Amino acid sequence: MRKIKELVIERGLLLSALITIAVTVGIILVLSIEAIKFFSEVSIIDFLTDPEWTPLFTDKHFGIMSLLSGTLLTSFIAIAFALPVGLSISIYLSEYAPKSFRRTIKPLLELLAAVPTVVYGFFALMVVTPFLQTIIPGLSSFNSLSAGIVMGIMIIPYISSLSEDALHAVPYTLREAAYGMGSTRLQNAFKVIVPAASSGIIVSIILAISRAIGETMIVAIAAGQQPRLTFDPTVPVETITAYIVQVSLGDVQHDSLEYKTIFAAGITLFVFTFLLNTISYRIRKKFQEKYE
Amino acid sequence: MSEENNESIIESSIKRKYKLQAKDVKVWYSDFMAIKGVSMDIKANKVTAFIGPSGCGKSTFLRLFNRMNDYVDDFKMGGDINIDGKDIYDKNINVELLRKQVGMVFQKPNPFPKSIFENVAYGLKIQGLKDKAFLQERVESSLKQVALWSEVKDDLNKSALALSGGQQQRLCIARTLAVEPSIILMDEPTSALDPISTAKIEELIYKLKDKYTIVIVTHNMQQASRISDNTAFFYLGELIEYDKTNKIFTNPEKKQTENYITGRFG
Repeated sequence: MRKIKELVIERGLLLSALITIAVTVGIILVLSIEAIKFFSEVSIIDFLTDPEWTPLFTDKHFGIMSLLSGTLLTSFIAIAFALPVGLSISIYLSEYAPKSFRRTIKPLLELLAAVPTVVYGFFALMVVTPFLQTIIPGLSSFNSLSAGIVMGIMIIPYISSLSEDALHAVPYTLREAAYGMGSTRLQNAFKVIVPAASSGIIVSIILAISRAIGETMIVAIAAGQQPRLTFDPTVPVETITAYIVQVSLGDVQHDSLEYKTIFAAGITLFVFTFLLNTISYRIRKKFQEKYE
Repeated sequence: MSEENNESIIESSIKRKYKLQAKDVKVWYSDFMAIKGVSMDIKANKVTAFIGPSGCGKSTFLRLFNRMNDYVDDFKMGGDINIDGKDIYDKNINVELLRKQVGMVFQKPNPFPKSIFENVAYGLKIQGLKDKAFLQERVESSLKQVALWSEVKDDLNKSALALSGGQQQRLCIARTLAVEPSIILMDEPTSALDPISTAKIEELIYKLKDKYTIVIVTHNMQQASRISDNTAFFYLGELIEYDKTNKIFTNPEKKQTENYITGRFG
């Protein structure tokens, strides 16, 4: 009886693991099959090099670059904003702040990541953009700057919290060594603790980038829906994710070429996040080896 | 000779004789009193050992001399600690500068996750010294002092974490020597090492006392008797007995000391 119970539990656990894998494989399969169909109609060279993306117009162009530039631009702005802020917070919390303060502030910071992204989107559109327009007169109502900054606010806890974990995990004996050698707090933080935690910090940054690249709602609401190959942060752009939303919600016919574009766009996005995840996994593995 | 002059001569002679002086030192961790009024003078260029059972306050006491307890929560202290006649708990003391003068070697080898070279050069680099030839020379001489040079001279750019435990501890001592302190505090430096590495470190300590004043905390009584000139026995936050090592181990004054060194408790 006991043995059967064990067996049922074991199989049950295995099943749930298999379901997760099956779903992942399923997603990749659907993405690939539809993307292959797309690429049988549109050459992959056009896809990669055409500067325009106009699949819904009569004069169709399928250049992913203009969507990709929107994604990269907003993500870059987000990281440029979140990295210094997030890292400063993590170093402050780990090396300077009193313990009690750290215990209170960390969960509060993590709340930033729990705010629904649609709220962030409207915050960007209704608050940040009008504010930025008072500083930058030429700023259009939809722009990547405002979307990027708000996305940066959203990903701060990814960097601050995970980096703080990495900094905090550096053995206390290293701090003793650093202080014992006559380091100031600043020297201890930047010459010993940050380098020792560097792999953990890099992983946190990569996860944050990955999150920014995949973010949909904020950019769909605040960055606009105009595919444009540009690195000007003041004009409307469209990201890959925003495009997918736009087409999915529209009345594009199933199995049409226009419909298949979202799979081509989707697989591009997937390649990026997959690469980033792989890199962070590798770094984490190396990091573990180092401290064993 | 004027009186003032006379005084300074007496003062400097005290300085020469006693490197470290503790006067009625008390330490509290919140409500717990860890050190209950200890006074002692430690001589220059000697090895002084602190012995006593776990929790007797010997490590806490040692860490007062380079103010390492400052980072412990709820740490409070009373009394004075003087180094070369100067109160190191004075509010005008530069703690970083103090620690360059009073080096420390810890229980577990704790090299930085950097190269061997960078480990030894660390203390000099944070002082802003950049001259390559000078750093090179100082790294070499420090590693030679701890007899590690011949073992690592071709691997200076290798990670210090790749060294064995004993080598790491000698590296940590070299790192401390590189900034030329006058005092070295050692907090059970061999407790994590094998007997052969321990013997090497003990030999090293014996050699180093010509140039440095060494204070070592140890659980190992044979070690204390082998390497130290003077021994202090601590028990429950008090200094029970402090005398020449020879005297402590052969003919202690106090019953508690005798009980401890003969292994009746501890």
